[in-house]
Amino acid sequence: MSYWYYPGCSLKSNGKPYEESLLAVLRALNVPVRELDDWNCCGATSYMSVDEVQAFSLAARNLALAEQACRQTTEKGVPQLIAPCSACFLVLTKTQRYVEQHEHLARRVHAGLRAVGLEYRGEVRVRHPLDVFINDIGLRRIADLGKKRLDGMKVACYYGCQVVRPFATFDSAHNPTTMDRLVQALGAKAVQWPLKTRCCGGTLTGTIRDVGLRLSQVLLQEAVRRGVDAIITVCPLCQFNLECYQQEIGRTFQEPIRVPVVFLTQLMGRAFGIPEADLGMGRLFVPLEPALAPHEGGQPAHA
Amino acid sequence: MFKRMIGSDVPRPAQRIPRPGEIRRYIAYESDLDPGFGELIARKAYGEKLFSCIQCGTCGGTCPVSHYMDYTPRKIIAMVREGFRDEVLHCVTIWLCASCYACTVDCPREIKITDVMYALKQEAMAQGVYPRRFSIPVLAREFFAGVLRDGRSNELPMMIRFFLKTNPLRMLQNAPVAWRLWRTGRLAWRQERTRQRDSVGTLLRAAKSAEDGDAP
Repeated sequence: MSYWYYPGCSLKSNGKPYEESLLAVLRALNVPVRELDDWNCCGATSYMSVDEVQAFSLAARNLALAEQACRQTTEKGVPQLIAPCSACFLVLTKTQRYVEQHEHLARRVHAGLRAVGLEYRGEVRVRHPLDVFINDIGLRRIADLGKKRLDGMKVACYYGCQVVRPFATFDSAHNPTTMDRLVQALGAKAVQWPLKTRCCGGTLTGTIRDVGLRLSQVLLQEAVRRGVDAIITVCPLCQFNLECYQQEIGRTFQEPIRVPVVFLTQLMGRAFGIPEADLGMGRLFVPLEPALAPHEGGQPAHA
Repeated sequence: MFKRMIGSDVPRPAQRIPRPGEIRRYIAYESDLDPGFGELIARKAYGEKLFSCIQCGTCGGTCPVSHYMDYTPRKIIAMVREGFRDEVLHCVTIWLCASCYACTVDCPREIKITDVMYALKQEAMAQGVYPRRFSIPVLAREFFAGVLRDGRSNELPMMIRFFLKTNPLRMLQNAPVAWRLWRTGRLAWRQERTRQRDSVGTLLRAAKSAEDGDAP
């Protein structure tokens, strides 16, 4: 099986710690990935609001590139395109589905691709890292490598919107559990947290600040109430909203909040014993280490 | 608890009795409506089920931003299919939708409400029906233009243009976050670009022109 990695724009800028830790974790698990050559932006939610045909065509170029790259190798099988960003994952998945279901859209997308010498046959599979971890690598291998190093740690697993909605390809749209199962395999406790798929506000934090900050504040407040050591997420925008705006949120709602918000892969990396520097830990605004320290080495926190 | 959740971050307008000159008609006549609007949006949104909405209100109940909206998603669906074109295109609801798809997965009639919101945003953008410096469409436009130029989205130049075109003072408000991002190496100065940028443009133009003469 050949894995291609589609970073998307966020993982090259504010989501850098996600890219660094994801690649480090996949290396530790002996899963080879290659970055898709000359990829372009997926279009995200903004493109959809301006022009839909162009939005789908933009995403389809990446799908066509992945198929082309796979054909140029001697490997058999369907190319697996890993899209770690929630928006990229959703847009690429949505493009596949809509092009398959709506003939008039397919005609235009194919016409666009033909104009630049590309072809999309619908052979590529878009995968989320959570899906790859659970279904391809398996909890057992992850647990073996992790050696319960996170024992006693309490975390809130935050999935955000677009990983499981609207296409619940590998987990439930209403109560996803893949991330909970992963951190539990590493020894941590995932708290019951009904807001795990509630929207963080997305780009509203930049556009209508009061509304965006409020949506993030509700999430942070409810996680803190459950006494978590950290919030774990798999979306660069969720991580950005929940972590980078904590000071602003505290000031706006007159209730200071300070809780680490880290990428799942950063936590996995620590559980695997990967050095901090390789996991982009230095890029966090609220460091994870103080929360981690009492738990490392399998020492129960409350012993 | 209720007050805590809702908060007072966006103050509600003070109520007052309108003066005689301000009294206006609140009920639309049939002649005010655009009878084809519902069909148009249904087609654009791949939402042929729009007309099977049972007005249960699940969408508004599950929507995380509905308490900031002028019309709830349920009302939007009802208004779209009855042809309240101007009211719908001038409301704030369509712009507040953050595309979280909660309503889409919960709708008992399987109406793709998020896609309906996208169709309405596209329609409003195409007709230029939004306040000139209104942040959400401006951001969407800047994002669109940036990707067309570079093939990828570059946060720093996009946000600078965005604030200049909406409210430059907001740049100061966001300076602390930008500074912290810069210090942690999360705000890239070097721009990300697709090598074959021209081909991205060609592709988009070709897809777009294939659309002409073959409307959905």
